[in-house]
Order: sequence, then C-alpha cells, then structure tokens
Amino acid sequence: MVRNPEANREQFRPPDHPTDAFLLTTVVGSYPKPKWLNRADELVDDPDAKFDDADLAEAHDDACRLITREHERAGLDTVVDGEMRRNEMVEFFADRIDGYEFNGPVKVWGHNYFDKPSVIEEVAYDEPWLVDEFAFTTGVAERPVKVPITGPYTLGFWAFNEAYPSTEELVYDLADLVNEEVERLVEAGARYIQIDEPALATTPEDHAIVGEALDRIASGIPDDVRIGLHVCYGDYSRVYPEINDYPIDEFDVELCNGEYEQIPTFEEPEFEPDLALGVVDAHSAEVEPVEEIEANIRQGLRVVPPEKLTVSPDCGLKLLPRGVAYEKTANLVEAARRVEAAIDAGEIDLNAPLADD
Amino acid sequence: MTERVAAAPGVYPLPDWAKETLSDLKGHQKGDLLSGDEEGEIVETYDEVRATLVDDQLDAGLDRVVEGQARWDDLIAHPLTVHDAVETGGIVRYYDNNNFYRDPRVTGDLGFSGDVAGELEAATALLDEDAPLTATLPGPYSLADLATDEHYGDEAAFQAAVADFLAGEVEAFPAHETLVLLEPSLIENPPATGTEERATDAIRTVADATDADVVVHTYWGALDEKLYAHLVDETGADALGLDIVAGDRGDTVYNVQEYGATDSVALGLVDGQNTLVEDAETVADRVEWFESKVPAQTFETTYLLPNTELFYLPENKYRAKLAALAAGAEVLA
Repeated sequence: MVRNPEANREQFRPPDHPTDAFLLTTVVGSYPKPKWLNRADELVDDPDAKFDDADLAEAHDDACRLITREHERAGLDTVVDGEMRRNEMVEFFADRIDGYEFNGPVKVWGHNYFDKPSVIEEVAYDEPWLVDEFAFTTGVAERPVKVPITGPYTLGFWAFNEAYPSTEELVYDLADLVNEEVERLVEAGARYIQIDEPALATTPEDHAIVGEALDRIASGIPDDVRIGLHVCYGDYSRVYPEINDYPIDEFDVELCNGEYEQIPTFEEPEFEPDLALGVVDAHSAEVEPVEEIEANIRQGLRVVPPEKLTVSPDCGLKLLPRGVAYEKTANLVEAARRVEAAIDAGEIDLNAPLADD
Repeated sequence: MTERVAAAPGVYPLPDWAKETLSDLKGHQKGDLLSGDEEGEIVETYDEVRATLVDDQLDAGLDRVVEGQARWDDLIAHPLTVHDAVETGGIVRYYDNNNFYRDPRVTGDLGFSGDVAGELEAATALLDEDAPLTATLPGPYSLADLATDEHYGDEAAFQAAVADFLAGEVEAFPAHETLVLLEPSLIENPPATGTEERATDAIRTVADATDADVVVHTYWGALDEKLYAHLVDETGADALGLDIVAGDRGDTVYNVQEYGATDSVALGLVDGQNTLVEDAETVADRVEWFESKVPAQTFETTYLLPNTELFYLPENKYRAKLAALAAGAEVLA
C-alpha cells in the first residue's frame, strides 16, 4: 500500500514560502550537460591529451555545482545536480554493480546506440553508487536535494540476462541492492529518492513485478523519506489503479507531451500517492509560457488536492538546449507560485479546477 | 538423410567502427536515416561494411551467406521506408522491443524499387562463389503489418499490393539458393480468424516469384495451431521457420505432431536477443530434441538459424552466434 506522503512533504516547503498553498516543485533529474563537459569526457580518453581522471573529476564537480545552482536560480524547491556525472541511466549503475559486463553498443534506432550490459553472474553490491554524488550536491545546495536512481526493473530488463533463470528473479536481486543503496543515502541525509522505471511503460503487464521490487526497495525506509516513482511515455491505464498498491509516496508522470489526454485515467478510483505531474514537455524545444503551464498544473488538480500535487517536467531535460531547459524550469516554478497564490485567494474552484474563476 | 544447413537471415549489427562513421556521416535524427539515394562516402562505407559482414559469415563457416542488411535502418520495414511511394512518419516501436523504426506510410502505388536487388548484386560480386547466397526479405504479412496504408484503402488490397511489390523485387534478384521471408507478425499480431488464407496467399505470391528454396521464418514464440496448419498447406514454402528459443517450444512441437510439416524445416536455435552464446553441443542437442519429438517427419533439409535477426547483439556476440550455428551443424554432420 501507499506510504505516508503527508509525513515527509512539509520538510521541502521553503521557510520563507509566501503562500499557504504549497505545490512542491522539482525536476525528474537529467539536465543538458554544458558543452565543455562533453569535451572533457572525450578528452580524458585521448592519449595525447594531458587531461587526466583527476581533471575530469574536477570538471564533474564544477558542472554539478553549476547545475545545482541553476536549479536553485530557477527557484525549484528541491534540486538535482542534473546527473552531470552519469553517462546513461543503465550503464552508470551497471558499471558499479558486480555481475554486469559490457560487450559493446547495440542499436536502439537509426544511429542511436546504447552500451547494453550483460548480467553474467549473480549481482552484488560493490562500491556505493550515489552516496558521494549526494554528499557533494548537498554540500553545495541551499535547497533539499532529490536523488534519482534507475529502478531494478529497468536495470534488469534493459540488460541481457545470461545468469538468472528468469529476468524477474534478477529484478528482485537488484531491488535488494537498490534498497541497500537507499539505506546508505538515507544515512547520508537524503530525504527524497526517485526510482526511475521507464521500462515499465513498454511492458505494463509486468506491474506486479515492479510492485514486488518496490516492496523490497522501501523495506525499512522511514516515513520521513519521500520515495517517488517515475514512469514515462506509456499507457497509464494499464498500470492504474495498480500503482495505488505500490509502497511509494509519489507517482511521477509524463502527461504534458500527450496534452493530458490520460488525466481521466487517474480520476477514478481515488489517486492515493501524491501526484508529481509533468507540466512542461521534455521533447519539445518550445518554451511553454507561464500561463500555459498554469493551465497544465490545474489539470493535476483534477486528480489530487493541492497538498498532494508536485510539479515537475515530463521527464529528464537532457536532450534540450540548455537555455531552453532553464527557461522551462523557471517558468514551471513561476506558474506553480501563481497557482498557489490563486488557490490562497480562492480563485480556483478545486472541485472544477479547469473552470474560469 | 536430412541435410543440415547452418545459416542466418541477417539484419546484422554494424561493426562498431561503422556505427561511429555512419552516424557522423548521416546524423542521429529521424530525417537523417536512409532514403535509398545515398551517395559518396556513405555508399563507400556501406560497401566496406557489406564486405565485413560477408567475411564474418564465411569465417564462421555458415553454409549460406546473406548480404547482411546493414543499410536497413528501419529493420525489416526497410524495403518500404526507401520506396518512392512511401512517406516516413514518426518513430514507432519495433514489436515488443526497445527498438524503433520509421512508420512507412504508403501513399501511392507500390511499383518496382530494386533497392534490395542492388544489395544482392553487390553481395554476389563479393562472394565469388565461396558460398551460396541467401536473399532475405520481410514477409508480406509482416511488412504490411508494420506499415500504414494511406493509399489502397482496405486491408486485403494492401496486403496483396505489398505481396505483389515483394514478388516484383524478388524477380529482379540475382541467382540465390534460398529466399528467407521474415514473418514475426504472424506470431506477434496474427491474422484474425477467417483471414488466414489472405496471409498465406500473400506469402505464396512472393514464394512463387523465385525458383530458390523458400523459408518462411516465424519468431517470438509458437504459432497459433490453426494458422500453423494454413501455413504448412498453403504458402508453397519449402520450409517453415520455427522458434525453439522464445516462448513455449512445446506448443511448436504439438503443432508439428498434429498438423505435419513442410518438406524442410528451419529452426531458430540460438537466441538472437541474448549475449549468452550457445555452444555447439547445445545447438546440436536442440536439433536432435526437435527431431526426436516429431519422429513421423523426415525433413529434406533442416536449416539451423538464430531465432531472430541479430542486430540486437553487440558485434562480438553476433559473430559468436554465427560460429555456434556452424559448429552445431558440424557436430551433427
């Protein structure tokens, strides 16, 4: 069953928040890398360059500072480092988990490839995955830091399974490792964890496997830690209302891209976790005006009351030009603040949030 | 005595160097994918890739060699996505995989293209009679299933038009020993009850266009039993290809026991979607296991194939899979 989002949400309200209403603003995680960082990533592999691993580590630190600050400048209530240290959402973790090996890139479409790893023996926890990253970001951030982690279902199904009788069993072992990592992050002070499961969108019939994996991940994690689940680009009617049984505080969805056609899916039965609603499109370089985003936020109020609504982009923004990503984020925050003020002023009928006041 | 033939239907992964070279030459976006009129360096690169893929198969010791289909950016939808009467729409999911292709929207009469014949001419020149050539095409049922019809207006007419188009392409092929028609849609999105004959008619149209042996290869599980019976009786195929790796192989065996088989058979024996490489004994065991389950059948030829295309794999593992098939056939010899 759903965790207790009420028990952890208020800690993210900034002390000087101007309104009673509070729509938690956040991001899904990834953000465009500054071009110099991409150059640095390449340079370290160049045997003729003097640029070494220590230089790259410094470049990553600099980029994390920069993007964390950029998120704060946009006004977000919770921030991420933009995943500056990560290359790809499966690769990064497979690199740190014992049991995976890499054989080379495979095609996704056209000339887009990814280094799909193979699981060749039982997976095991080796080095911490994200604790250092979290400690660094928290050290430079003035706002609470959210930690996105690729979920075990995606880590399992977006790899070749050579070692387990079924990929489902691999997923459960991976879920135990994710649980271990979350415990370490919590010990390091993390209070906002987001599990990313894009693979569920391609095989929604596996929602029970994801549920079982989440049970393992959330096991022993205290109520003051907020656990979100992000699933993007799928038919949500095939996982709803099942997600109401997931042990999560928040369900993060991508609906802006589909112009909120799927919102009615969540209206019945009652949506139980908090809703983190995508209100800007992560795959369109057109910056949505604040007024348009306000209307998008109101779509979320059809599903949950304001005290259960979180506002975020549809998905990671990493494929957009950086300036566009920033403007979308800043507009998202401004729109949330305006909707909060309108709620305080009684200008929004929460029973008919799309109606004009 | 059954002849065992190790082969693979192609759609191989690009060598890693070519993944980079071609993405630099062509770009990463939807509009950068092949439209069939490429020239210059891109053509030269594909020529080099073709030579590598042909060598890979000869080195592995396969009994038949395909062109490799490195140009098939849109996977088995390729013959349509490069066609003049087709506009490419959005990027859509390729069956149940984390792979995508451009939706071919057919907007005019599907006349002769010659694109695949051109590839096969080039492969023939490379082969120089080192091994017999296999030609690969999508089967008409799957190709129609992967496309969007904006011209013919009804499903039956569209399927027939796709079949006529493919038959026309086959007629222009250089000499080939085998024609493989890939038909995953027969399992993934089978014809509705009562329309099976339309699908088998379409396949027959293409099969009739060649004197070569025709393999109709199906994958991602077992065929529905009624459809299986139609395919055996009506397509004119020399061999029906059956997936022994994915899904319930018991259902496949049941189909053969119950409804008989084509004169020859093709077996998908190594997993085209997993990097775990089967050893030669495993491949041989799977052939013997299948034959022992259907003792009433004697096959003229058993084709040893991967169950799917091989582009899902990294380069080193694709080569290892080809070698496993050839070694499996050796064990049985």
